[in-house]
Amino acid sequence: MTTAPAPVPGRPARVRGPAQDVAGLGVARAVGFLAPALLLIGAFLVFPAIWTIYIGITNYRLTGVEAVSPSIVGLANYTKALNDALFHNALWLTVLFVLGSAIVGQNILGFALAWTMRRARPAVRRTVEGLVLLAWILPSTVVAYLWIAFFDRDTGTLNSILGTQGTAWLIDYPMVCLIVFNTWRGTAFSMMLYSSALQAVPPSQLESARMVGASGWQTLRDVVFPHIRGHVLTNTLLISLWTANDFSPFLLTKGGPNHESETVPVYIYNVALQGGELGYSSAISFLLLIANLLVALLYLRLLRRRS
Amino acid sequence: MAGIDIEGLATVYPNGVRAVDGLDLTVADGEFFALLGPSGCGKTTLLRTIAGLESATEGSVRIDSTDVTRLEPGKRGVAMVFQDYALFPHMNVSENITYPLKVRRVAAATRASVAEKTGDELSLQGLLERRPGQLSGGQQQRVALARAIASEGKVLLLDEPLSNLDARLRLEARTFLKKLQKDLGITTVFVTHDQAEALALADRIAVMQSGKLRQLGSPREVFARPANTFVANFIGSTPMNLLPGTVASDGVSIAGGSLPAATGSVPSGAEVTVGVRPEYLTLSTGDVSGPAVRGSVVVAENLGTQSLVTVDCDGTLIGVTVPEEDEPSPGTPVVLTASEQRVLLYDKESGELLARQPAVV
Repeated sequence: MTTAPAPVPGRPARVRGPAQDVAGLGVARAVGFLAPALLLIGAFLVFPAIWTIYIGITNYRLTGVEAVSPSIVGLANYTKALNDALFHNALWLTVLFVLGSAIVGQNILGFALAWTMRRARPAVRRTVEGLVLLAWILPSTVVAYLWIAFFDRDTGTLNSILGTQGTAWLIDYPMVCLIVFNTWRGTAFSMMLYSSALQAVPPSQLESARMVGASGWQTLRDVVFPHIRGHVLTNTLLISLWTANDFSPFLLTKGGPNHESETVPVYIYNVALQGGELGYSSAISFLLLIANLLVALLYLRLLRRRS
Repeated sequence: MAGIDIEGLATVYPNGVRAVDGLDLTVADGEFFALLGPSGCGKTTLLRTIAGLESATEGSVRIDSTDVTRLEPGKRGVAMVFQDYALFPHMNVSENITYPLKVRRVAAATRASVAEKTGDELSLQGLLERRPGQLSGGQQQRVALARAIASEGKVLLLDEPLSNLDARLRLEARTFLKKLQKDLGITTVFVTHDQAEALALADRIAVMQSGKLRQLGSPREVFARPANTFVANFIGSTPMNLLPGTVASDGVSIAGGSLPAATGSVPSGAEVTVGVRPEYLTLSTGDVSGPAVRGSVVVAENLGTQSLVTVDCDGTLIGVTVPEEDEPSPGTPVVLTASEQRVLLYDKESGELLARQPAVV
C-alpha cells in the first residue's frame, strides 16, 4: 500500500488520469491538427447521414412540384415501406444474398482455401492467394463486365463450357448468378483472415490431435474452431454487412428481371433515380441502416459471450 | 507393451537436409530411452519420425514387431507429450485427459471414470474441472502425461519433457517421471539436450550428432567411456580433459609428465588424444611414486561439495575436481595421478576411442 505523495509546495499537484497532455501539444494545436479530418467527416459523412434522415420524413422528389417545395409528411414513408410488397421482396432477396454469398459462400470457401493452402508448397499458395486477391482488388465495373460476358446468352463463356448456348443465366437464374458472383468476388477477405487466424493455432495441438487419431473433422471441431471462434464471428459480421450494402448486383442485373434480383441497395437506387421518390428511398436507406445496426449488435453480443 | 526396432532410418527434409541419417536402433520393451544431442542433431526429428509426424525417407520403424513406417500417427499405438504440452485451452483437465477416448467415441461414463483414475495416478485430484490456464507448469505437464497414458499407447514419446519447467520444479518432475515410468513399465523414448537429465533418467542413452548415432549405452558407459571425443565433450557437467599425448611403453606421456593407460594394440610413440575426466583425476600435494603429471594450481572454482581446480602442467591446463575441504590455493605445486582404466585414448584424427580395454562399469 502506498500513500499519495504530498504536493510539493509551489508546484501544482500533478493531475492523475487520462487527461494528461502526453504529446505536449496544448489544446489549441491539438484541435488544429484534428480540424481538417473532422471537417471532412462532418461534411461528407455526418451531414449527408442526418440529411438523409431528414429527407426520409418529407415527400421530396427528383422532379415536379415536390422537388422545389417538399413538405414534411411525418412517418408516412415508413408506413408505406411496411406495406410495400416490392420492399418486402428486396428485404427477402437481401437476406438470401447475404446468407448465400457471405455467410455460406465466402465464409466456407475462404476457410476451405485457407485450410488447404496452409500445407501447400509456397509457390502454389502464393499463386492461389494472388488469383483470389485479384478478384477482390479489381474494380467492380470491370469485374461486373467480365461476369456479364461469362454469363452471356449467346457468346458467354459458361454456355460455351457447358454447351448450353441460349441459356440466359442472368435472366433465368439472377439470384444464383449474383450469389456465385459475390462469393467469387469476396472470398479473398475471408481467406486472408482465416489464413492468419489459423497461424494462431499451435502446431503441437494439431499434432496432438493427429497422434490420438482424430479425423479431419474432429480436429477442426475440437482443436481449430475453438481457437478461431472470435475470427469466425468477426469475419461473418464484416462480410454480412458489406454484402447487405453491396451495390454491385446492380451492375449485373439492374435488379431485374421483374425485381427478381432487386436487393435493398438496388431497390433504394431504383426508387430514388428511376422512380424519383427521394423521400421514400431515404426512408428505406434509414431502415437498412437500422437493420445493419441490429445485426452488428447481435454479433457483438455473441463475441462478448465468448469472453 | 512393446519394443521399437529402427533399421536404416533416414528422414530427409525437402530442402535436402538429412536430419536423421541412416540410423539403426533397438529400444527394448519397458525401457526408458534417451535421445541426447546438441540442438540440430536430429533427435527431435527421430522422435517425430517414430511418432509418424515426419515421414521416413528410407528405412523402417517397427513397434511391437509391426512395421509402422507408413502408418498414420493415430494408428501406431504411440502416445506423445509435446514440449509445450499442447493442452487444449478450451477443455478442462478431465476433457483433455480423455480426449483420445472421445476421438474413439468411448461412452461419456467410461471417459469420466478413466479421467478419475488417471488423474489419481498423476496426483491431479481436485483439478479435473479446471482449465489448463489455471494450472502451474508442473500440473500442466502431469495433465499432458495423463492424456498420453489415457490413450493407452504401447510406446510413450516425450519431447524435452522437463525443459518448460523452472529449475527447482525440474528436479521434482524428474524424480516423478522416473518413478512413473517404472510403475507403468511402458516403453518410453524421450528427447533432451541436457546430458544431466539423460544420465539421471534413462536406462540407455543414444548420443546423436548430425543425424547419426555417436554412442549407444547405459548412462555409466556413456559417462565413463565415451566412444569418441564428441561424446566425451558433450557428457558431464565439467568438461573432460582432452589433451595431446604420445603413447609410451607404460602409458602415455602428456604435459611434461605421464599417466598410466592400457595402450592395447596402439604402437609406442603414436600421437593420440588423451581423455580423462576431472572427476577421475587425483590431486595430491606430496610426492607420489609412479607415473604422474606435475604442475601448479591456477584457479579453483567452487561447485558446491566439490571444487574444480585448473592446474597448469608445463603450459597445458588440466581440470581436476577435489572435495571442497581439500581445495588448494592458487600457486600450490601439485601432482595429478589417475588409475589406468580411467585414462582413455582417442585417435588424433577421427576422435574415436582407440584402446579396446574391458569396460569397468
